[in-house]
Amino acid sequence: MNYYLRRMARIPLTVLAVATFTFGLIRLLPGGPFTQLRIQLIRRGVPVEQVNARIEALQNIRPDAPLWQQYLDYLVGLAQLDLGRSISLNQPVMDVLARALPWTVFLVVTSTVLMFVIGVLIGSVQAYWEGSRFDQLTSGGSIFLMSVPYYIFAVILLFFLGFQWNVFPTGDAVARGVEAGLNLAYITSVLRHAALPIIAFTIGGIGSTALNMRGNGIQVLGEEYVEVARLRGLSDGRIATQYVAKNAILPMYTGLLLLIGFRLGGTVVLEQIFSYPGLGYYLIQAVNANDYPLMMGCFLVITVTLVVAVCIADLTYGLIDPRISAGDSDGY
Amino acid sequence: MVTEADSPSEDIDWRSDASAAEMSRRDQLEELYERLIYEPAVVAWSDTRTRLGIVILSVYVLMALVEVFGLWRNPDPNQAEQFLKPFQNWAYPLGTTKSGVDLLALIIDSTPFILLMVLAGGVWATGVAVVVGTVSGYKGGRVDTVITSVSDFFMAIPGLPLVIILAITLSPENPILLGVILTINYWAGLGRSIRSQVLSIREASYVEAARTMGTSTPRIILKDVLPNIMPYVMVNFVLAARYTIFASVGLYFIGVLPYTGQNWGVTLNNAYNSGALFGMETLYWLLVPMLSIVGLAFGLILVSQGMDRIFNPRVRTRLTGESESVEESENETSTEAWV
Repeated sequence: MNYYLRRMARIPLTVLAVATFTFGLIRLLPGGPFTQLRIQLIRRGVPVEQVNARIEALQNIRPDAPLWQQYLDYLVGLAQLDLGRSISLNQPVMDVLARALPWTVFLVVTSTVLMFVIGVLIGSVQAYWEGSRFDQLTSGGSIFLMSVPYYIFAVILLFFLGFQWNVFPTGDAVARGVEAGLNLAYITSVLRHAALPIIAFTIGGIGSTALNMRGNGIQVLGEEYVEVARLRGLSDGRIATQYVAKNAILPMYTGLLLLIGFRLGGTVVLEQIFSYPGLGYYLIQAVNANDYPLMMGCFLVITVTLVVAVCIADLTYGLIDPRISAGDSDGY
Repeated sequence: MVTEADSPSEDIDWRSDASAAEMSRRDQLEELYERLIYEPAVVAWSDTRTRLGIVILSVYVLMALVEVFGLWRNPDPNQAEQFLKPFQNWAYPLGTTKSGVDLLALIIDSTPFILLMVLAGGVWATGVAVVVGTVSGYKGGRVDTVITSVSDFFMAIPGLPLVIILAITLSPENPILLGVILTINYWAGLGRSIRSQVLSIREASYVEAARTMGTSTPRIILKDVLPNIMPYVMVNFVLAARYTIFASVGLYFIGVLPYTGQNWGVTLNNAYNSGALFGMETLYWLLVPMLSIVGLAFGLILVSQGMDRIFNPRVRTRLTGESESVEESENETSTEAWV
């Protein structure tokens, strides 16, 4: 229980650290967003005497206050879930992000789970029949899959299934004019729009998952306890699930922590290609429009999502592997 | 395949022991060449995958040399007719773009840039990770706590979004700086897994012996700890390099990194935005830069897979039919491969 409490307590600390870091990026980098915002406002014809007031309204920071005051303002704003106002969209940043977040989480979670399941299945078959024709073919295939970045799959899928054959829509998360809610039309529309990004993002990760699982599987199959289980006359199904699969998957599950981080960052390119309105999409929109409040908001929310996701993975790992909950916080 | 590889590596130990006594400088240099270049090369060459990987990578090095010595024309608009398809006109083997730029020239032109960037990214990511991982794993105590908390913080920041923010504030145009920025927080995760390996090496009897003999910490880390994690580091160097390619091309593709002339990602972006996506006729314009990316990554991964097989005791014991148990740290060999 102690471990869980300590782990949970780290979330606000990390968020605070990241928020401080974001503040540093906004405020301290030479020629950084803050200065640029000022130039941009002046260029837009905002009178010079009003610029500071506008920045204050947009960013929640008083530009002429001392630094510590600005930092406090920023933190107080964050605590009230106020991330300022988007310049390009003219809406509170929080509203934009609240709409975008679920789509990104949906993409990442679905594709990561699919990737994990498919990769583990292929990898364990490979490990079991190591050296077989299937193993050789899929190993070669996995190495090839590892060398293709997901956005290439995305572009190719978009080219054929989207533009050439018109099987799937080429942008947005849901068709226009479909009522949101738990009705069939809405759900199919969402699934159809998410299909291509999810497929592209999943294929990209299958190769390395399978190779990973193959390596672990081969190692576990060579262990003595598997031999002992066989000698004890346990059923094949029990050996496969209780002994081999469990021990081969455990080390990979810890890898998920890193993986989630990389994949959350990866949606930036993915969502851009499919014009899928998630966090990454708005991040790039904000970059292109020099919309600093929105940009920083996206960055912060992606980071917080990552921190929470990693924490969930950490905590559930404790449930699966009892050795962890003994309090060994760096058990991986 | 791998059993062949065993014998030369045993040779190395035997010879370097014998040679430590008295040797001229020339002999020493020859010895060094044998041990550091010749022998690993033989070992690497014995694996089909590494061999293929090395061949592929040499093609890229060759392309870089061609560019450095100016053996192929530079890409310019209107240097040929527009939308020439690949393999039609052998003066322009890969075809031309909408504005009549030789595609092969475009690809060759950016090879040195990409290779430098990839090298910088790999060296930075693995270099910092090795220093951080070995020091925090070996020293333990307060040093370890501080380093671990710092790398935890960096692990909590999503890579690409951070790179995007840094890219707009710094606009890196130098390939080496760009490589470093792209892998700015890559070391954190890798450092953590190196640390856990060092933790187990640290308890090994010969390290303990060195410690009791009063050997200095840097010397123990260099002489006893590093050689043990080297294979793992090499494999991860390749994976970090792959990450650098993927990330850079992806970010160039969506137009976030500053354009420094043409490169594969920019070519991809131009093709994409000029409507190459809408017709079969211009598909090659998208495929050419894609193939250059995949080829480079494929070469790198083949080399790392081959190396993994040569160095990895897990796979080796299995192949020679021994049932020796292997440390748990091996599990993590490919955690990084997941990116």
